[in-house]
Amino acid sequence: MTDGADMQTARRLRLPQINPVWVLLAVLIGAIIFMNPGFTQPTGYMNFLKRAAPLAILAAGQVYVITSGGFDLSVGSLITLVVVGASMLTNNDPAATYWVVPLMLGMGLGVGLLNGLIVCFLRVPSLIATLGMMITLTGLAFMWSGGAPRGYLPDTFRFFGRELIRDVPLVRFIPISVIVLLVVVGLLAWLMHRTNLGRQVHAIGDNPVAAGLAGVPVNRVRITAFMLSGLSGAIAGILLGGFAGVSTDVGSGYELQAITAAVLGGAQLLGGRGSVPAAVGGALALTAIFTLLNFLGLPQPVRQVVQGLILIAAVALAMHRRQQTGT
Amino acid sequence: MKRMIMATGALALGLSPAWAQNFNDPEEFAKQQEQLQATAEGPEGQPWVENIGGDMVEMPGLDLASGATVCFSNAGVNNPWRVVGFTNMTEELKNHSSIENFIHVDAEGSDDKQIADIDDLLAGGDCDVMIVSPNTTAALTPAVERACEAMPVIVFDRGVNTDCPETFVHPVGGYGFGIQGAEFIVDQLDEGSNVLMLRILPGVDVLETRYSAGRRILDEAGMNVVGAEFTDGDNAKTKSIVEDYLMRGTIDAVWMDAGATAVAAIEAFEDSGYDIPVFVGEDQQDFLRKWQDEGMTAIAPTYPAYQWRTAIIAASRVIEGGELPAPEWVLPQPAITQDTLADYVNPAMPPLHYAMCGCEEMEGYPEAWGGN
Amino acid sequence: MVIAVATNQTQYLSLENLIAILGRSIALGITAIGQTFVILVASIDLSVASLISATSVLASVIMDGAPAMIVPAVLACLLLGAFVGVLNGLIVSALKVNPLIATLGMSLIIQGCLSAFVSNFAGSVPEAFQIFAYGQIGGVPVALVFLVLLALLAWGILRFTKFGSDIYAAGGNDEAARFAGIKTGRIVVLTHVICSVCAAIAGLYLASRLRSGAPWIGADGVYDLESIAVVVIGGTVLAGGRGGIWGTMAGMLIFSLIDSAFNIAGVDSFAKQVLRGIIIVAAVAFYAIRSKRIVA
Repeated sequence: MTDGADMQTARRLRLPQINPVWVLLAVLIGAIIFMNPGFTQPTGYMNFLKRAAPLAILAAGQVYVITSGGFDLSVGSLITLVVVGASMLTNNDPAATYWVVPLMLGMGLGVGLLNGLIVCFLRVPSLIATLGMMITLTGLAFMWSGGAPRGYLPDTFRFFGRELIRDVPLVRFIPISVIVLLVVVGLLAWLMHRTNLGRQVHAIGDNPVAAGLAGVPVNRVRITAFMLSGLSGAIAGILLGGFAGVSTDVGSGYELQAITAAVLGGAQLLGGRGSVPAAVGGALALTAIFTLLNFLGLPQPVRQVVQGLILIAAVALAMHRRQQTGT
Repeated sequence: MKRMIMATGALALGLSPAWAQNFNDPEEFAKQQEQLQATAEGPEGQPWVENIGGDMVEMPGLDLASGATVCFSNAGVNNPWRVVGFTNMTEELKNHSSIENFIHVDAEGSDDKQIADIDDLLAGGDCDVMIVSPNTTAALTPAVERACEAMPVIVFDRGVNTDCPETFVHPVGGYGFGIQGAEFIVDQLDEGSNVLMLRILPGVDVLETRYSAGRRILDEAGMNVVGAEFTDGDNAKTKSIVEDYLMRGTIDAVWMDAGATAVAAIEAFEDSGYDIPVFVGEDQQDFLRKWQDEGMTAIAPTYPAYQWRTAIIAASRVIEGGELPAPEWVLPQPAITQDTLADYVNPAMPPLHYAMCGCEEMEGYPEAWGGN
Repeated sequence: MVIAVATNQTQYLSLENLIAILGRSIALGITAIGQTFVILVASIDLSVASLISATSVLASVIMDGAPAMIVPAVLACLLLGAFVGVLNGLIVSALKVNPLIATLGMSLIIQGCLSAFVSNFAGSVPEAFQIFAYGQIGGVPVALVFLVLLALLAWGILRFTKFGSDIYAAGGNDEAARFAGIKTGRIVVLTHVICSVCAAIAGLYLASRLRSGAPWIGADGVYDLESIAVVVIGGTVLAGGRGGIWGTMAGMLIFSLIDSAFNIAGVDSFAKQVLRGIIIVAAVAFYAIRSKRIVA
């Protein structure tokens, strides 16, 4: 925990430094291009961005909760619930998309609100609160659908995750999901780094008691952070459902990947430090690692080991740097 | 530390090929190849009561004062195939007045829990017959042996390593599934064509045998298998894998060990602007519909969900007495082809409904299976 | 209250019944005892599930049906457990990596190494070793007796030794404990060793129960998250320093009773999952709501 003065020194010290996640990402992209020159073609990098979009959006939402000092493990099962719920509600009717999408976004906000209320007023640690939420939401998705999805997602719903804008100069085509990614990340980055809310999120993650004494509405800010994470989960769900269609385990594993991405981007667990662009960089790096290991033809077990090593190494390195710079 | 290295050494030693489970058994392969061709005995048009070349045993029937209680220890209802199957089962129960109570316990995919479930059912003491759908073969064997001591047991889907159950209900099997798909590809394409094999998970016996049989036939026919990838049964991952392969070269056929993600794989071709190649899927409605809509060249081998009905029928024969195919009740395992496609496509059914459910004539159809 | 639910459903609560209910959760109970130690020092261990898989495979591969190999196999598993525990502990205490990330990474590494070698049940466990899971002493399963003894031992360590009081001190306030001359780093490493060794024992138990080991049994049982849930339901605080073994045992009992009661009542597994999620949150809220601390 650092106090306010230290934070400012830290910021001054950090500014000239490049966040290591960008170096990591550049190296990985370089390696991918070396392995597969086709990656420099629009099909290569646009497919990459399209694939990374859901995780990047999730990481951008997760970083709010992490910076405020918590965890959100419920986003993976929220994705599943969104996809299954959308397939139940649209019921093969293309016109239903126009109210199902806002409803799903509302559901994401609602789940986040519930998480926030449980953490703030029932005083359940967020790890347990969102773990309970994760188990509950998965169960709800199964109960709602009876164990197997009951409907197709209409093409209007799948538009966001599947369609492309063709004949774009320079890049030939842009997937809609990449546009969604840019817009959502842009908004979340602005909120985090240019508004009072962002400062408050950092403040309560750094020292909730001090922040409360300084007049920050701690509970309201925490709940907002959870709601933004829930919203990002719903958006990721809409993109994933659009990209790949209905299934009952779309979201599994995404919660830990989102936390991993945020941590790779230098977000500090238990709060006080976190950056939306860097978390997105972490998500891109994570996706790049998977892509690279795929190209290398490495089997799944090796991928797991590499992922585990990188995770530990990234945090260990960050802690080492912090100790050296004395912040 | 030294002992640690020794232990690791012991682990490495222990992993010599002696440990590789045999999923490539030529005898079993030949047997299933034959069974695919065999004519089943039994009433035509009701494959769930047909049986391939099995012996019959006369059941004396249970002498019960009142209706029987059938207990079912289920490995899980954690995938759409098992959901369809379990619906089949509960609907089939309505045809059997001799079964008064039906107790279902769900192990949620855990061996440990299923063993505890079976012990609970035995301790409860109310069951007259037990049906077990084992989560894995070896681990559940002791529990099934204990159940056999207390009551008649019927096993279906995966087997156990004991012949104490009254019968083991299952379709032809994994080799058969692999054979049907791969032979179709070989018939459609020239030697040296590029085939992509998509698999769900390693280590699951029923899936490993599908792969080994398919691989064997493709290799023998001189097909060029460009890759065999695990998809975890995840749509997004499947689509990404296929997109990656398309960036690297052409694909003339896709062979899958299970069809749940087939439509995602097809979409990868569509979205990347390629023609859909020869496809091996499974009997899920979404795949069949896509096949019909796009006029694809495809086949759908099946692992028929109607075996869940058969398990109840077997239980009722144990209770009421009568002829029971035993020790194995081998059900036919038909593949859906271009000729029979129209019989199985039904847009009113949910996307992951398994068409080979043998349930179309049942009372609750289609609502109970989620259809309109 | 929960017992009443169960008894209503079964009509009676015989000893046999209770033993069967407890028998459901031996592996979870053993793992949760270890997890209690790390949570008491404000750490956490997500690698237990993979470690359980790894030790169950290691045990059954080394034994390979030979009774003579039981002792070497058990030793190898305990050593593997201790080794992983030391690694976890050092990464957490020396490299200062957040325990959640450290043990998540470790879990991925163990699972990856394991699945590189085996993809199915490997090896087999001799009859003699199956006594651990299936043997009985005067009608009580050996494993249950073992669990009770393990819990007593854990309670004894926490209650009567200096190590035990150091654990509470280090978990309650790391800095204050350090000023009081407690080597908190060493305490963290030791608790991680205890946790991982417990997971190794759970792996041995499962190998004995399933008669072989497979690389998925830990993940299938969700022993990582469930053991954490059991510990916090039992009143041990995630922030460390407060709680104990008997709470964990009560948490385990609640989990087994829920499972059994739901089975008997025929609650379908999806609804069961929803209720399980709600119960976890509600139980923790029940303890936490009175605390004035702001939680993470």
